Amino acid sequence: MNDILTYDFMQRALVAAIVTGLTAPAIGTYLVQRRLALLGDGIGHIALTGVAAGLLTGTQPLVTAVVVSILGAVAIELLRTYGRTSGDVALALLFYGGIAGGVLLVNLAGGSAAQLNSYLFGSILSVSPSDLVIVAVLGAVVLLLSVGLSPQLFAVCQDEEHARVSGVPVQAYGILIAVLAAVTVTVSMRTVGLLLVSALMVVPVAAAQQLTRSFRGTFVLAMGIGTFAALAGVLGSYEIDTQPGPTIVIVALGIFLALAPVGHLVRSTRRRLSSTNDPVEEAA
Amino acid sequence: MTRSASTRSASARSTGADPLVVDDVHVALGGREVVRGVSLAVHPSEFVVLLGSNGSGKTTLMRAAMGVIPIAAGQVRLFGTPLRRFRDRQRIGYVPQRSTAAAGVPSTVREVVMSGRLSRRPHAGRSSRDDRSAVAEAIALVDLEDYATQPAAELSGGQQQRVMLARGLASRPDLLVLDEPTAGVDARSQVALAELFGRLLGEGRAIFMVAHELGPFEPMIDRAVVLRSGKVSYDGPCTGGDLAAASEPHNQHHPHLVEPGPHVGIDGTGAWGA
Repeated sequence: MNDILTYDFMQRALVAAIVTGLTAPAIGTYLVQRRLALLGDGIGHIALTGVAAGLLTGTQPLVTAVVVSILGAVAIELLRTYGRTSGDVALALLFYGGIAGGVLLVNLAGGSAAQLNSYLFGSILSVSPSDLVIVAVLGAVVLLLSVGLSPQLFAVCQDEEHARVSGVPVQAYGILIAVLAAVTVTVSMRTVGLLLVSALMVVPVAAAQQLTRSFRGTFVLAMGIGTFAALAGVLGSYEIDTQPGPTIVIVALGIFLALAPVGHLVRSTRRRLSSTNDPVEEAA
Repeated sequence: MTRSASTRSASARSTGADPLVVDDVHVALGGREVVRGVSLAVHPSEFVVLLGSNGSGKTTLMRAAMGVIPIAAGQVRLFGTPLRRFRDRQRIGYVPQRSTAAAGVPSTVREVVMSGRLSRRPHAGRSSRDDRSAVAEAIALVDLEDYATQPAAELSGGQQQRVMLARGLASRPDLLVLDEPTAGVDARSQVALAELFGRLLGEGRAIFMVAHELGPFEPMIDRAVVLRSGKVSYDGPCTGGDLAAASEPHNQHHPHLVEPGPHVGIDGTGAWGA
């Protein structure tokens, strides 16, 4: 166990895992609160086109993926706000266009199935030193904004209408959330992969909610669970020779399954206690 | 109980711009004109109720006046400033109609009420001591101190409505705007709400409320405006036959609700129902 930590690629993979484990659930908490849990999934699909564009043009795929997924995320947010016809269908067009276009372009660029696979499900061997710098910088920006602007982001996700009347620039913050989600997707691309990144945005939040009662508590615990799952997943994938993405997600789901009955028990006990203390029930 | 509407408006009305002036406003929803040329005003420390049946356009008018949905024609002025240029958002306490305070992630009553302070701090930064004391004060006003750290979604419907009210009060507004705050709220809580309104009006704040029925508020209401098919069909005092004629089913008098019991109060004496 100790000797694998001395490998350079493993050290880079673990740092990337920590960044992913912190950022994905942080932005994921806002997405879940806004009932946009699957937004990350859609952005992941679109990001693949960005990766392919990088491979085709000989640019670093991480950079093109960031650019394309930010454009896609802003388009999704605008479609959501102004979409006259079914926003659902418009989103589906964008998502499937993204993944089909991405695979097509990777094929045209002469990319192998293994290479494509590494983008879709992560690959611990593939985090280059220059990747790591980009991941760390972008991850720090996401964390800084999602913590620093949490009162505003919370208000917008909790009740858009009230936030608007309070003078909060709702649309700007909506776009910011989408952009942060897009950046997080690309930051997580090497670790969990584009197809599973959304799971790391949602599953730790769902697991944390089993125990927490406040937004802040959920936010912090989800980041803790996400970091643990990402680290355990990366190390586990090396030990049992699997891809990191699925391994991380299975660890996160395992935590959720372990916490769900505990949360159920805690909630029902609490309800029983509060109903004996306060026998007056809602009449209306 | 509280002073009646007439004595209050004579004594406590302050000078200054009207909190809300709606001038010949038209609002269209999905291409259909729902509000068709409405004019009304809420003067300082006045309690105005907007009545009307379902589909009369009252909620649409209120949302348009708050800038939530666009106005097709006409003008809204908040404290003398056109809506578009109005920045003193903390002067307005907005309480939208809401069956639930729940979102996808649990949030405590205190967290939800804290977002009512954002109009005073629209940009980044931690909450100040003043923010925290205003939130505690607002939670106390609706008598939810015991629930401050509980998830809002786990409270009853009436309690969640009070969370929304506390959020609206957190910025210490000069104008409180509410959409059917009594919907699904039991009689005891309605009386407690009326007590609270009486206190706010006594402090010189104005209230603009969309309502379905007047209930225990009736004695303190200065004016009722009745909408019918997007137009004002009545604007005047809320007693007398004119209002009855204009809004038939919605002015039911509830004499048993007007007189609160001897222990009714808003300072933790259990005035609010569940």
